[in-house]
Amino acid sequence: MVERQTFVSRYLPHAVLLAGVAIVAFPVYLALLASTYDAASVQNGQMSLLPGGRMAENYTRLIFTGTSSSTREPVGTMLINSFVMAMAISLGKIAISLISAYAIVFFRFPFRMAAFWLIFITLMLPVEVRIYPTYKIVADLRLLDTYTGLTLPLIASATATLLFRQFFMTVPEELVEASKIDGAGPFKFFVDTLLPLSVTTIAALFVIQFIYGWNQYLWPLLITTRDNMQTIVIGIKKMIVTQDALTEWQLAMATAVLALLPPVFVVVVMQKLFVKGLVETEK
Amino acid sequence: MERRALFGGKLLPYSLLLPQFAIVVVFFYFPAAQAVWQSLLMQDAFGISTEFVWFENYSILASNPEYYKTMGTTAVFSALVAFLSLAIGLLLAVMADKQIKGATIYKTMLIWPYAVAPAVAGVLWLFMFQPSLGMLAKMLRGWGIDWNPLLNGNHAMILVVLAATWKQISYNFLFFLAGLAAIPKSVIEAAAIDGARPLRRFWTIVFPLLSPTAFFLLVVNIVYVFFDTFGIIDSVTGGGPAGNTTTMVYKVYADGKLGSDLGGSAAQSVVLMVIVIALTAIQFKFVERKVQY
Amino acid sequence: MYLGRSLSKHFMAALLAGTALTVAAPASAQVEIQWWHAMTGANNDVVNRLAAEFNASQSEYKVVASYKGSYPDTMNAGIAAFRAGNAPHIMQVFEVGTATMMAARGAIKPVADLMKEAGERFDPNSYLPAVAGYYSTAKGEMLSFPFNSSSTVMWYNKDAFRKAGLNPDAPPKTWPEVFEAAKKLKAAATPNCGFSTAWVTWVNIEQFSVWHNIPIGTKSNGIDGFDTEFKINSPTHVKHFANLAELVKDKTYVYGGRTNTGEGTFTSGECPILLTSSGFYGNVKANAKFDWANAPMPYYPDVAGAPQNSTLGGASLWVMGGKPANEYKGVAKFFAFLSDTDRQAKLHTESGYLPITKAAYEKVKSSGFYNANPYLETPLKELTNKPPTEHSKGLRFGNLVQIRDIWSEEIEAALQGTKTAQQAMDAAVSRGNAMLRQFERTVTR
Repeated sequence: MVERQTFVSRYLPHAVLLAGVAIVAFPVYLALLASTYDAASVQNGQMSLLPGGRMAENYTRLIFTGTSSSTREPVGTMLINSFVMAMAISLGKIAISLISAYAIVFFRFPFRMAAFWLIFITLMLPVEVRIYPTYKIVADLRLLDTYTGLTLPLIASATATLLFRQFFMTVPEELVEASKIDGAGPFKFFVDTLLPLSVTTIAALFVIQFIYGWNQYLWPLLITTRDNMQTIVIGIKKMIVTQDALTEWQLAMATAVLALLPPVFVVVVMQKLFVKGLVETEK
Repeated sequence: MERRALFGGKLLPYSLLLPQFAIVVVFFYFPAAQAVWQSLLMQDAFGISTEFVWFENYSILASNPEYYKTMGTTAVFSALVAFLSLAIGLLLAVMADKQIKGATIYKTMLIWPYAVAPAVAGVLWLFMFQPSLGMLAKMLRGWGIDWNPLLNGNHAMILVVLAATWKQISYNFLFFLAGLAAIPKSVIEAAAIDGARPLRRFWTIVFPLLSPTAFFLLVVNIVYVFFDTFGIIDSVTGGGPAGNTTTMVYKVYADGKLGSDLGGSAAQSVVLMVIVIALTAIQFKFVERKVQY
Repeated sequence: MYLGRSLSKHFMAALLAGTALTVAAPASAQVEIQWWHAMTGANNDVVNRLAAEFNASQSEYKVVASYKGSYPDTMNAGIAAFRAGNAPHIMQVFEVGTATMMAARGAIKPVADLMKEAGERFDPNSYLPAVAGYYSTAKGEMLSFPFNSSSTVMWYNKDAFRKAGLNPDAPPKTWPEVFEAAKKLKAAATPNCGFSTAWVTWVNIEQFSVWHNIPIGTKSNGIDGFDTEFKINSPTHVKHFANLAELVKDKTYVYGGRTNTGEGTFTSGECPILLTSSGFYGNVKANAKFDWANAPMPYYPDVAGAPQNSTLGGASLWVMGGKPANEYKGVAKFFAFLSDTDRQAKLHTESGYLPITKAAYEKVKSSGFYNANPYLETPLKELTNKPPTEHSKGLRFGNLVQIRDIWSEEIEAALQGTKTAQQAMDAAVSRGNAMLRQFERTVTR
């Protein structure tokens, strides 16, 4: 059954979607523009909708030399820190959630549901509730200014455990039976059967958690005291707030562009897996 | 649901749970318990003198008109962001779900803001609407609109709502798209044969089938507005003007800032915790019900 | 097991990288001194250069300067670190945090004690009274080391003045004159703005009160005791805010926000008059594409004794408590290094912040520097205009950071027209007093 296409029904979706794309992209386009101008033009609001000529200069200065207005560290270092943090958090979360969900779904043992709830309830403990006490613990463990301190407290994940649990519960019972008949133990079943089945879920979670890790703000702000441990999201925030000095908007905007490129890249490149995984786990 | 063919082993399941448990206990439960304890104390900034005050922090909070104002602000902010981002996300998803050319490209072009950090999103919007240098702020002035988020509470609210919505559209878009894809085309075609017009068809057939997704998203969006918009508010308005964009979470931060009122701030955290527990319970119930299918 | 292996590999890499970084920094036997600060831009360079020069001047100690964000961010990080037993040695705290720091006797090491114990030369009288007084107890014991100080001045656009037919070399002296000039400027030169203020409470409440020799609070603005109460709903205060609320309606006055974010309206030429920190100098010099100048703050001529003297803005360096004696020795050496007259004079002329010692001020004065740079002397003239009185020697209110937010909220309500100036200032007093009582309760136990 094919409907007769009217002019409106044919072009309306394109018009709406193009408008959507434009609205979504405009703030970033403007940031990109600002990053090609000199300080005074931006500060005095004299930018046009076309790029200025300072792009190479701004980005080179930012990535390699660093900006004195915000921090001595070049953004290159911050990018590396952000990357390490995002990778450690996303992979760590996936690893520990995978095995916890495995234990909860495929084993029967005393306090099984209690264990589940213990993890689940952490969803209800927003970071604001416990930021100072958590900071103190990390300090006591001498983990300030280390990648471990930056990532370890963020690795526990109720969401990831839940998603894996839900996914595992959809795995046909016959598979477990068959595996058992083949004489496979829990380890072999996990590696040979369950992991291959979980690839999409893992990929989806990786995307989500990579972004979560990359975008962390309050935590790194508190626990990194050395300039060379700073992440880029903090770096940009620190560029905006200045005391008695000019906010170098052109550099702040260049940093914003650099800060959003990697996670956006991950989402775009892993889009198919990401969407598929999200849908599967959400059910 | 408890139907699994299961493995035995006494120690194995515990050792599998151990890493998660260690982190959860050390970095979640212990600090959260300390926060609850803190809400019963009055303390100076450096933690040198401490007084146990039972529930006084809570009673101070309950008699503070500013706190109720914050609750109202949070409600308005949540409602606006949830409504706008759901509506726009749905509209775009419906359009992208049609069999049109370039649908994949549109999808890609619409989902990437999901990856932008809230603090960065805030900075991007601040830059556009900063009264002294923002391009859009200048444009609004050119149209004779006296754009002044520094003093006009509505303008400030519009600004944070826009930034928060911008960031959330892609998430809602994705989920609506998935929801639409799950609706059997035969159902829609059957309606089309009955001669229902597209718009009517949408509201009577498609939308009811989408309502579980919409409800799920509503809860997720409210949680998002409650907690994740902190970075946006912090970078765009700082809660001002006259407290017009101070949400409950922002007030927790602002009151605890520089350790000035850690007890009061902790008490607010506990109130928030109760709210999140309620929201999460609703969300979880819903997720569980869907698993039953 | 691919996943597990790659994971542990990443993890180990992260762990190793983490430890490598922590170990690599203090490799030598030097005693490391942590200095947390909030300086950006050219001032950040100054901080780094000072640390580098000090480190080069001797080999026993190494000052490590870390930028921790805005003033509140820096203080927040320092407090969190102290509570976790991890405080830096030196923390830069902005002027409004002074009372909080002072009250935390166990958390800080008074500078006077520090210098005495380390045997470094230290004479409180060598500092400018308005500067030293701000950071000393009622008994005159100096608690923190003044670092960057500024005061409020009125910046104005000479080109706009000419365009509006005003004399660019005779800027308005009183508030009524400012209002008149602003109206003319708005009519003839800058249609969107007559005048503006940044740091709304610092300029319009704190400096305003001191400059008019009227109390901000009882007990010498809180210096003589924690049981102080605010007095900012006086007729003079209310009149001032009523004026602003009236003028904001037709943009003769443009609200510039709670911090310095609105300063761009001056450099862009949009606002021809702006009251803000003298530390704005570097920004104006770099970005204003017009002829500009600054002048002392305006006053109401009907207030007896006005203008009095101005007070400080900026920040001082606090030494945190509980560190070993040999580390304190290093801190003391560093402070002695900073107090050096030549260094102070150079800092002042390069950064635009005020010199903190009398000798440095005299030295710069006699060098003729101010003839070429009169704009750097305006804040000094304000600070030393008259000998300070009990209402003008400084201010010390606990929780002032939060109180400023409360005041800003009330001022914003008055400017929005949702409250009258009287209602807003009454609320500013009662809400502020509640914060003071809470502070008093937590610190005097």
